[in-house]
Amino acid sequence: MTIRFVLLVNKQGQTRLAQYYEYLTIEERRALEGEIVRKCLARPDNQCSFVEHRNYKIIYRRYASLFFLVGVDGEENELAILEFIHCVVETMDRYFGNVCELDIMFHLEKAHFMLEEMVMNGCIVETNKQNILNPIQLMDKTT
Amino acid sequence: MGSQGSSKDFLDLVKAIGEAKSKAEEERIVLAEIELLKKRIMEPDVPRKKMKEYIIRLVYVEMLGHDASFGYIYAVKMTHDDNLLCKKSGYLATTLFLNEDHDLIILIVNTIQKDLKSDNYLVVSAALTAVCKLINEETIPAVLPQVIDLLGHPKEHVRKKAVMALHRFYQRSPSSVSHLLTKFRQILCDKDPSVMSAALCALFDLVSSDVKAFKNLTASFVSILKQVAEHRLPKAYDYHRTPAPFVQIKILKILALLGAGDRHTSENMYSVLLEVLKRCEPGKGEPATNISNAILYECICTITAIVASPKLLGMAAEITSRFLKSDNHNYKYMGIDALGRVIQINPDFAEQHQLAVIDCLEDQDDTLKRKTLDLLYKMTKSTNVEVIVDHMISYMRTLSDAHNKTEIASRIVELAERFAPSNQWFIQTMNQVFELAGDLVPAKVAHDLMRLLAKGAGEDDEEADSLLRSSAVESYLQLLGEPKLPSILLQVVCWVLGEFGTAGGTHSADDIIGKLCDVAEAHPGDTVVKGYAITAITKICAFEIAAGRQVQLLPECRSFMDDLLASHSTDLQQRAYELQVFLGLGPDIVQKVLHVNGSGEEIEIDTDLPFLQEFVDSSLANGARPYVHENERFEMSSGMSSFVSTSRTQQEPSHALRFEAYETPTVHTPSASSSAPPSLLPDFQEKKPESPRSLRNQLAADNSQVDLLGPEITRLRLDGVQKKWGRPSAPSQPPPVTTSNFDQEIERSGNGGSGVSERASSNRESTPAVHVYTEKKKAQPEIPAEKQRLAASLFGGSSGKRDANGVKGSKPAPNRPAAGNSKEKIPSTAQAPAPAPLMDLMDMGGGDLFSAPVAKASYDPFKELEGLLDGPSTAASTSTPAAPQKSSSIDFMSLYDSTPVVSHNTVPSTNDHDFLSLGLTSSSGIEPMNRPEAGLLDLNEFPANSPLAGLAGLEQSSSSSSTSLPERKGPSLQDSLQKDATTRQVGVTPTGANPALFQDLFG
Repeated sequence: MTIRFVLLVNKQGQTRLAQYYEYLTIEERRALEGEIVRKCLARPDNQCSFVEHRNYKIIYRRYASLFFLVGVDGEENELAILEFIHCVVETMDRYFGNVCELDIMFHLEKAHFMLEEMVMNGCIVETNKQNILNPIQLMDKTT
Repeated sequence: MGSQGSSKDFLDLVKAIGEAKSKAEEERIVLAEIELLKKRIMEPDVPRKKMKEYIIRLVYVEMLGHDASFGYIYAVKMTHDDNLLCKKSGYLATTLFLNEDHDLIILIVNTIQKDLKSDNYLVVSAALTAVCKLINEETIPAVLPQVIDLLGHPKEHVRKKAVMALHRFYQRSPSSVSHLLTKFRQILCDKDPSVMSAALCALFDLVSSDVKAFKNLTASFVSILKQVAEHRLPKAYDYHRTPAPFVQIKILKILALLGAGDRHTSENMYSVLLEVLKRCEPGKGEPATNISNAILYECICTITAIVASPKLLGMAAEITSRFLKSDNHNYKYMGIDALGRVIQINPDFAEQHQLAVIDCLEDQDDTLKRKTLDLLYKMTKSTNVEVIVDHMISYMRTLSDAHNKTEIASRIVELAERFAPSNQWFIQTMNQVFELAGDLVPAKVAHDLMRLLAKGAGEDDEEADSLLRSSAVESYLQLLGEPKLPSILLQVVCWVLGEFGTAGGTHSADDIIGKLCDVAEAHPGDTVVKGYAITAITKICAFEIAAGRQVQLLPECRSFMDDLLASHSTDLQQRAYELQVFLGLGPDIVQKVLHVNGSGEEIEIDTDLPFLQEFVDSSLANGARPYVHENERFEMSSGMSSFVSTSRTQQEPSHALRFEAYETPTVHTPSASSSAPPSLLPDFQEKKPESPRSLRNQLAADNSQVDLLGPEITRLRLDGVQKKWGRPSAPSQPPPVTTSNFDQEIERSGNGGSGVSERASSNRESTPAVHVYTEKKKAQPEIPAEKQRLAASLFGGSSGKRDANGVKGSKPAPNRPAAGNSKEKIPSTAQAPAPAPLMDLMDMGGGDLFSAPVAKASYDPFKELEGLLDGPSTAASTSTPAAPQKSSSIDFMSLYDSTPVVSHNTVPSTNDHDFLSLGLTSSSGIEPMNRPEAGLLDLNEFPANSPLAGLAGLEQSSSSSSTSLPERKGPSLQDSLQKDATTRQVGVTPTGANPALFQDLFG
């Protein structure tokens, strides 16, 4: 019951954010990202938002030009992960205000900080947006 | 949010990456960036802010797939920084770059220790975040005491992270925190919900490893879940007005673990589960949200895992139905999964959803299809194995990647071995698997297949045996015309041709030898196939010599043998020499050594080698040293070395060379054990223990087997198939079967005879509609005709199935006309047992036989296989041109010309194409800009309460289904066809079992 990775990829298949909760070498990451992006991006909208790939189940959701992909292991509730993705997006949206691809690119570390608050050890620990954004906003104030 | 505070450099880089139109361009930018960073980052006195930027740029470099290890040390250094943002960025980069066993970790432990003591809680939590990713088993003790102290930190944010750090330690090394189990229980009662929810993560792992120890927490979990469901948590924890859904799901998962197989514990959960279910049901007029459906699904998982009350099970079933009936593919997927869980408890439940399942199976959506195949795999039994395996095979045809293929091939093999209704079917299925998955199939499968052919029906029914074999020979000869067969299939082919090629008398030895030479020639690099080929040639020659005929090797064969005589592979050389020896021997010797059809025979091997006794005695008399047993020798050589190691070697002497001969095969099936398992492989060497060269051959055989098959198969494994088949897999099967049951099966299938099949086929022609009708158990006359056809294809699709079930479910055997026409072409059997039994894919009860609506008078699996390989030209006789794609639904295909099924094969390729073209457009710059600025999320488009549309249909369908329920009982097939036609005109494919649904929607 764990999340193995979270990926943000634009529709050209370029990685915009990658967080792995298990160690993979750069080559492995590259290969994996290539394969799953090819798989997910080719699927029409009306099909399932879930794709099985090797031992991963990938749950993905598209927002304009960005795809959010979450790789999980076997016993995970796919619908819940699908909503978790939306929760991540809503959180980013609250922080950046109408978030877009460039926001994440210019503030890659902030996007990571939010994800760090929400997922630890592959588990969803926090979905309360106040709790997630508080420390980040505090830090913004002090620096 | 602007990009203030970043330097122009950084902005330019991000812009450039964002605007890169192709991977190649992106690559160029990153490579240039690496060069730049390498220079800049080493400059002395880089300002801290600048450095932070460099670190982020390094993160970009790695994220885009390039090595940034030159900068790791700077990220580690950055963690020392006093500035919080810099420190946190340093930690972030370090966690992204390093795995926990990296050498630099040791440098960071000190910093972490210091930061854990910081007054600034943000620093502490940053350090704890890093702890979760960077601390490995060895460094846990260095930070553990501090982390434990932090469990009492006044800030909930810190407590939460400390819990997660402990959770991490537990994942890394359970023993490191084993003394803290009570702590986790305490934290569960933390006044802050987010700390409590973090504790749930850890408790889930703890509970799954030891359920008993946490049974007494059930009441706490139940009460927490109750409070959450009742909306006691602050509003900030809501997600789309659902109270803390992720916490609910986590608790439901834990409850599933606690309640499994424990009625008492389960009973304590009933009321809270009902409460959660009730609160997740959408109110009147509003669609269910994704998140409440996620909770509902989790409830189903929990209900089916625990010992649930009928009421809860009923609700779970109802929700499952709703998912299945939804138009939304995500819900269908969840529904299929839930169905798989529900039918574990209530098998009958599947029946009412068979059409929905067929829908999913035939869907274009690959994920859905696979999920459905998973479901079918779980519910396979002897009565539906053929349909399911057919579907798996046709799905396998569409696959390209090895991982999936291996997985599905192993499933097919498993199902075939467990439930195979007949030998023909098994052989045919295996051939298809070999053909499609080739060398991804483990060698054992091939050996089992060969063994089956060799063993055949045993002594009882030689004729059925030889028919089976000759049909195998024929099909393999055809198969050899194909280019590019996988090695493993060629091995089987060579073996079969060598063993039985000339047995039927239809093929001359020269023909077969010629074919074998061709095979060997076509695969110069494959020594295993060559070995099989030369051995097969040897066997054929031996059979010829034994029959008293003169053997004149063909020139090509002669040169092949000469080649091998000089081969670098000693195995091949040995085999070639043996062939040479055979050619020089007289018929009487050869007959003794290698006689026709000897592969199925028992080989008595006396491990004492008594015939050498005389030689040994005389040697000893002449002063030779006495033989010392291997184990004793080992003991002596290892001198004083420990007792333990000796005992170990006694258990597994495989480390050393084995010098003793084969032990007698150990498998003893209860009866028929007299015909001990044959060893199939390099068989002829084994078969001549009485020949003068026998000792040497024993050793050679040993070696060559190892050589050929890899270490794990030094002996054929004989335990697999037979036992599995012997096990009764459905009530309708004959009582526990023994090894000899194949004979009986074949005999029966022979006896079952064509009389019946004629009846069946004529039956079918006259009244097809009736068949469609009867094929459904508890017929549902209203279901759309298209669906009925699909169901028919599933249930009546393969005639082999019917034989099989006639054969397998042999209880009604007396009903069958026992015509003694076993001499007929073997597989031409299709039986319609008298009380026209109904078959049902979904029926887990399994008592039923199949009716035989679509039987072919003469059905030969091998012919079908030929059709598969030969393409339309040969297949035309048996089916439409589409049939080669889908061998098993031939009947179906010819009956109903066009079906949606065929298109599956094309899906992946078009998808690939799409992707390629997408790549092309982007690289050729047709798209002006990647437009990263385009709004990622317009919240106006996401009304907070309806994250996904498309649920509207769900509610309607459930309500309409209830109203139409009585209708289903009426036998108005006509009506349903009519309705279906109308819906079809509207352009909709019905998904439910109820056409009235569409009237509601469109009327």
